[in-house]
Amino acid sequence: MAIALQIKGLRKVYDNGFEALKGIDLEVKEGDFFALLGPNGAGKSTTIGIVSSLVKKTAGDVHVFGHSIQTDLAAAKRQIGVVPQEFNFSNFESVWDIVVNQAGYYGLSRAIAGERAEKYLKKLGLWDKRDVASRMLSGGMKRRLMIARALIHEPRLLILDEPTAGVDIELRRSMWEFLTEINRSGTTIILTTHYLEEAESLCRHIAIIDGGNIVENTSMKALLKQLQKEVFILDTRDTISPDLAIEGFDTRYLDEHMFELVLNKGSSLNDVFSALAQQNMVITSMRNKANRLEELFVSLLAAK
Amino acid sequence: MTLAEQWVAFYTIVRKEIRRFLRIWMQTLLPPAITMSLYFVIFGALIGSRIGQMGGFSYMEFVVPGLIMMSVITNAYSNVVSSFFGAKFQRFVEEILVSPMSNNTVLWGFVIGGVARGLLVGLIVTMLSLFFTSLNIQHVGVTIAIVLMTSIMFSLAGFINAVFANNFDDVSIVPVFVLTPLTYLGGVFYSIDLLPDFWAGVSRLNPMLYIVNAFRYGVLGVSDVNVTTAFLMVGGFTLAAYAYCMYLLSSGTRLRQ
Ligand SMILES: Nc1ncnc2c1ncn2[C@@H]1O[C@H](COP(=O)(O)OP(=O)(O)O)[C@@H](O)[C@H]1O
Ligand SMILES: [Mg+2]
Repeated sequence: MAIALQIKGLRKVYDNGFEALKGIDLEVKEGDFFALLGPNGAGKSTTIGIVSSLVKKTAGDVHVFGHSIQTDLAAAKRQIGVVPQEFNFSNFESVWDIVVNQAGYYGLSRAIAGERAEKYLKKLGLWDKRDVASRMLSGGMKRRLMIARALIHEPRLLILDEPTAGVDIELRRSMWEFLTEINRSGTTIILTTHYLEEAESLCRHIAIIDGGNIVENTSMKALLKQLQKEVFILDTRDTISPDLAIEGFDTRYLDEHMFELVLNKGSSLNDVFSALAQQNMVITSMRNKANRLEELFVSLLAAK
Repeated sequence: MTLAEQWVAFYTIVRKEIRRFLRIWMQTLLPPAITMSLYFVIFGALIGSRIGQMGGFSYMEFVVPGLIMMSVITNAYSNVVSSFFGAKFQRFVEEILVSPMSNNTVLWGFVIGGVARGLLVGLIVTMLSLFFTSLNIQHVGVTIAIVLMTSIMFSLAGFINAVFANNFDDVSIVPVFVLTPLTYLGGVFYSIDLLPDFWAGVSRLNPMLYIVNAFRYGVLGVSDVNVTTAFLMVGGFTLAAYAYCMYLLSSGTRLRQ
């Protein structure tokens, strides 16, 4: 399998002296559906900016399907379609013109551009809006317009920067389906997100970036295995004391009717309840503590 | 990209640029038509009749070439500066920056867009002038060459301005505070023979003087300056502006972070 994207020792220091990327390595194989996950300010958009040439790298190498962005930029650009985080099309142009002109920038004849524009605008549910000025579209439509525009030259690598931020649930699902279909037909996809759920339901490989460093780079399966523990918050009917202890489990006292309990991978909730029953403790309710991504970050960063 | 693909990309930009200024014709084509008609009425017809001859021609005949040239200059410049700055401001310049087209394709796409508007407005103003005077073009080659070179030069200058502009004020500063005054003082309305020696000398430092006079030479056959010098100067400025634009694009100055 060819390597769609290879990043080596990539650093970025912005003009104001801020080091947004501290020498990252990344490899995405052809055909993969890859997630770049990280909190706000981690360096996701900077990475994508460098790959798509909108941001100048300070050091390191980037190859797109073997073409260096340093020595063979035009060939590298040809392989990439980018859907940026922020809207970047003319407010006054029609949907049709935006997509067809983009094809022109890649040297595609107007005949081919027209066929493809029809195909992708239909697939993305924008066909009825083709003559509408882009500023009249809803947020979700604008996002889909950018996807159609990114696909118009049929790139081998599609990169989406937080494509579902601010998109409602229903639309998010249909966008996921669309991306899955594109990926099945052979397009390598990289998306950035700060929702683990999104990465989990779509992607096969994942890298986690934080503070300009890659802190994890693995398959989704392997990563989920690392989610070894889950923390629950339990409410009790009776008063508990700060020196509360339950055999076989880590606990933390919160207040006299509430405590935290850590469930390790491999143990079952039944074990928890039988231990609690032995102490005659009555649990009135129970919930998951944090979202799993947060938990993951905490455990990954603690491990470093 | 192959040459044919570069051509498609170039054509895409030019087409988009032309459609842009045609769509907003109330802001791009109408104002110069109105302003220049007023100039023709006031300076040519009303005041001109009292001034008498200038450089051996009726005052109307004398001012028309300069006014045409002034329209070409400001419109070529304004087109590129507002269009490219708009693309930067709304960030859709990124559509172009991520594409594989060459820097030359990008630059010439915008420049030819500016040239198209400069020439179209020049043509409109010329037609309007025909209501007031007749034009007998003396040197067609010189006339066409100087209009083309000038519109290319000022389109390139507009591009440089757009790259550095941070807001819409920066877009209008140069046309209002530099181009218009220099053109007014560049012999549009008078022959510098009328000026005292000192001010005639100062005027010779104004590049617009050469452009206006080269064009006047093309149309009327008279000039206050050496026409070859004028061509060399416009050519030199054009080459320098082109080289600088290419440098800005390849270094990504103000365009790539
Ligand atoms: N143009 C810039 N100048 C200076 N700092 C920047 C610039 N762009 C981004 N940054 C900083 O770089 C870091 C990474 O930003 P970004 O790549 O946008 O993060 P993410 O996309 O992961 O949220 C942030 O701290 C951000 O403030
Ligand atoms: Mg971002």
